[in-house]
Amino acid sequence: MDDRRLESIIGQLLQAGVLLAAATVLAGGVLYLAGHHADPASYRTFVAGGSNVRSLSGVVQAVVHGDSVAIMQMGLLLLILTPIARVVVAAVGFLLERDRLYAAVSMIVLAILVFSMVHAG
Amino acid sequence: MTALEFTLVVFALSALAGFLGALTGLGGGVVVVPALTLALGVDMKYAIGASLVSVIATSSGAAAAYVREGFSNIRIGMFLEIATTLGAIGGALLAGRVSTHALAVVFGLVLVQAAYQSFKGLAGHGEIAESDKLATQLRLGSDYPVDGQRRKYGVRNVPGGFAAMFGAGALSGLLGIGSGAVKVIAMDSIMRIPFKVSTTTSNFMIGVTAAASAGLYLERGYIDPRVAMPVMLGVLLGALLGARVLVRAPVRALRIVFGVVIFALAVEMIVNGLTGRV
Repeated sequence: MDDRRLESIIGQLLQAGVLLAAATVLAGGVLYLAGHHADPASYRTFVAGGSNVRSLSGVVQAVVHGDSVAIMQMGLLLLILTPIARVVVAAVGFLLERDRLYAAVSMIVLAILVFSMVHAG
Repeated sequence: MTALEFTLVVFALSALAGFLGALTGLGGGVVVVPALTLALGVDMKYAIGASLVSVIATSSGAAAAYVREGFSNIRIGMFLEIATTLGAIGGALLAGRVSTHALAVVFGLVLVQAAYQSFKGLAGHGEIAESDKLATQLRLGSDYPVDGQRRKYGVRNVPGGFAAMFGAGALSGLLGIGSGAVKVIAMDSIMRIPFKVSTTTSNFMIGVTAAASAGLYLERGYIDPRVAMPVMLGVLLGALLGARVLVRAPVRALRIVFGVVIFALAVEMIVNGLTGRV
């Protein structure tokens, strides 16, 4: 493993993550509009949505039941997970390069990200 | 407005924002939030939630290309992400405590800065050959391609850059934007990293920074997929098209037009925030 190879793996991972996320959001969006195109849309006043959009487990459960709003949210979750996966890959890559300093730096960033996700969980 | 009309209008606005954002290098977030709140009356919490996810999409999509070309420095990026992610969590916590009016005013002030930058354009501050002591210990210096050759560069003032990055992260978490401009200033003018390396590394860092506040946004319900879906798909499409035509576009003229638009949005955002209409 060298820097160039690690950079190219990270590049491919980011691209794949965005494509997968966009495809999922698009699929959910088409389903959502097919069923709800005539619903009134007003977002003037903020009302937090239900569990089907506010937690990972809630989203997964609702996706299983074919909830189109949850499928869109699943795509957005995949998007949020993409940069996090990038940090994991970088940490492993630096370990394989025997670059302890930057493996540790990557772990710190990962710990902060995981903390924020779990806190939100 | 029906859900279909709302989706189509938001998609079109977001595509335009992503297109202009890519051409001017300011990103789509700074235009999407005022467009949603001012033009469509969308509550700012939904707007910043949708903007935050679109920022992750454009950053990750563009980073793939820059990383491959060897411009962005993943060590600098990773190290400074410690600061931006901590700042982002702080900003996202703060966003839940301040009123929407206050958020609108702060957003307006950021827009004034963006408008200024759009007129003036970001420019490099000149690179340095040797790293200072701390940057050497952290092995932040590297090289980048210039006319087919790899040119070496040094890095200095790591603490100053780190502090500025914390601020960039806080703005990102507070307002759901990428705050790429502040990141570039931190690297280019404070740390003296070459301009091209600064802009591409900034873009590379935006996704991770935004991901740090995304969990909190999600839990609070700021990310509503019915709003975020057309925003994310629109901004992504617009940014991809913008990157395609960037080489042929009259960038100078566009920057001025964009600067005027952003300044108008800034004034409207501040006035509406102060009078309590946003």
